[in-house]
Amino acid sequence: MAAQPAPTPGAARAPVVSVRGLRRDYPMGDEIVRALRGVSFDIGAGEHVAIVGPSGCGKSTLLNLLGVIDRPTAGEVRIQGRDVGGLPDREATAFRLRHIGFVFQRFYLMPMLSARENVELPMAEAGVPAAARAARARELLAYVGLADRERHRPAQLSGGEQQRVAIARALANRPTLLLADEPTGELDAATGGEVIALFQRLREDGTTLVVVTHDDALARAAGRVIQMRDGGIVGR
Amino acid sequence: MIGLLAAAALRRHPARTVLAVLGVAVAAALLLDMVMLATGMRESFRRFLLVQGFDLRIAPKGTLPMDTEATIGDADGLLRTLRANPDIAVATPVLGAQLHVIERGRTVTSFAVGIDPATQADYVLEAGVSPGHADWMVANAAFLAATHARLGDTLDVAAGFDPQLRVYTGRRRLVLGGRARFLYTAADEPVAALPIATLQAMGGPERADRVSLVLARVREGADADRVAAWVDRHVPRVSTLSTNVALRQVDERMGYFRQLGLILGAVSLAVGFLLVATLVTVSVNERVGEIAVMRAIGVRRRRIVQQIVLEGLWLTLVGAILGLALGLVTARQLNAILSDFPGLPSTFHFFLFQPVAAWRSLGLLVACGALAGAYPAWRAAILPIAGTLRREAIA
Ligand SMILES: Nc1ncnc2c1ncn2[C@@H]1O[C@H](COP(=O)(O)OP(=O)(O)OP(=O)(O)O)[C@@H](O)[C@H]1O
Ligand SMILES: [Mg+2]
Repeated sequence: MAAQPAPTPGAARAPVVSVRGLRRDYPMGDEIVRALRGVSFDIGAGEHVAIVGPSGCGKSTLLNLLGVIDRPTAGEVRIQGRDVGGLPDREATAFRLRHIGFVFQRFYLMPMLSARENVELPMAEAGVPAAARAARARELLAYVGLADRERHRPAQLSGGEQQRVAIARALANRPTLLLADEPTGELDAATGGEVIALFQRLREDGTTLVVVTHDDALARAAGRVIQMRDGGIVGR
Repeated sequence: MIGLLAAAALRRHPARTVLAVLGVAVAAALLLDMVMLATGMRESFRRFLLVQGFDLRIAPKGTLPMDTEATIGDADGLLRTLRANPDIAVATPVLGAQLHVIERGRTVTSFAVGIDPATQADYVLEAGVSPGHADWMVANAAFLAATHARLGDTLDVAAGFDPQLRVYTGRRRLVLGGRARFLYTAADEPVAALPIATLQAMGGPERADRVSLVLARVREGADADRVAAWVDRHVPRVSTLSTNVALRQVDERMGYFRQLGLILGAVSLAVGFLLVATLVTVSVNERVGEIAVMRAIGVRRRRIVQQIVLEGLWLTLVGAILGLALGLVTARQLNAILSDFPGLPSTFHFFLFQPVAAWRSLGLLVACGALAGAYPAWRAAILPIAGTLRREAIA
């Protein structure tokens, strides 16, 4: 490790994320799709990074590896110094619960649970007592501007509101790293703007944030942009 | 939270859940009925044989009790032999015969049992008194209805009818002293009981000192099978059937019913299993995206499995409870239909609710329900997270 040059200027101190020679191949019948062809970078604590690039260039593949929901074909992903690329399922799951917050393009809230119950879900899994998680869920819903909607089901919320609930859920266990894949992809400009504003606040509050996006406004809000093409990084 | 999510999954499609629960309820009802049928007939026979506490049934050699018209001769000698054995506490004779009640030119033919009023085990008195003297009789409600007789009436009865001479034989006038419920005959069949000596005397010389059957109770602590063997050794003209052996024979004869019941019960279990497995699989398939998200945010595999198994468990549990009620209602209906079968004793039941058997079978069904959820649960738990999210995003 020490022999390698520090590839990223933004990560002078111990980085939260450290990626080295990361590859991900998808076998497709006889052929192999090389979605990531050896990617290396660091992300420092409190950084707000946008990953951009044309469709199919490997952005989601990279994000999934950072989020420990997929395994690399080769290379290394370290989060807070821990090599998470080869963790067995049980440990990977526990790691995600404590350290990763996920926001998806399609909100993916549990449709039969209220906004507050959705935010409580990761805390319940982490064993937080009911009273404490209810209090934190309310606090988080207030943070994303939905204090008065805690009893509402996802179907009773607008797209932007649903995405803000999803962000509150991602923050529930105070993750080390917040990952978002096209979080404004299904929102119009106005509601997308609410989400962008929220991310800006998160950044000010010191959350380390990696956002995959096609949305220029969202990318501009980031402190740093990683440009990808054909499974590799072409610019930072 | 797991319970909340399982309940939420079921509430999402209320109509579908209700239909599945009803399906499980029907399967559970069928299962319960089959178990009640398989175990009920045996238990019914057992109670039937044990109702008055007699352990031995002594019948003419080579016959089953009251199975043929054969009788045992030298009944007094037989009873003396039996009563001389200290292991036999009580021995009571029974003679079965026809009884014609002649009533203003109209004749009603009934079945009659000659008994020893002091030790008899054929009926339970409901009104009046048991035969206190030789010309006294008791009869069941069907007899009273058929003959229009009332308690206290004196009836003109005959043991037989000679078709050549067109005369009744063995005529006698008996006082109808009591109304009784007979244990071994059908409720709608007219039956009377009178002192065995009277019935023997009415039958003339060919019936003198003859009995159809002797019932015996062994002394407490004595081995009924050993006593039965002793009787057969000492009285070669009889066959003695102990209650144990009779039950074994019943078991053999009922084997078909039991097998039928068990096979149909197994089929209903399988139907319940497939129903729950189908529903849970469909329910899991339509929310693989949600499951993948739950896994992505750190929900353990075990929790996913628990939640889905719980879903199947609730379906079967509610279905089983409904099925219990449905099964009891249908069993009662079926029992009523089958009990109308002519010639069956009124105490006989085809479907008998036995709590242990019922709980065990419903427990089995609920276990099947949990198992039915296990496969879709396992499949959900091992879903590739990234791949599933990607497929769902494209869909
Ligand atoms: N599970 C998979 N099986 C096969 N090929 C895959 C799989 N996942 C991704 N790929 C391929 O890998 C490449 C990168 O996909 P990825 O989803 O990472 O792109 P992306 O940059 O997120 O694109 P978009 O902007 O459209 O979301 C694509 O060519 C894609 O077809
Ligand atoms: Mg993508």
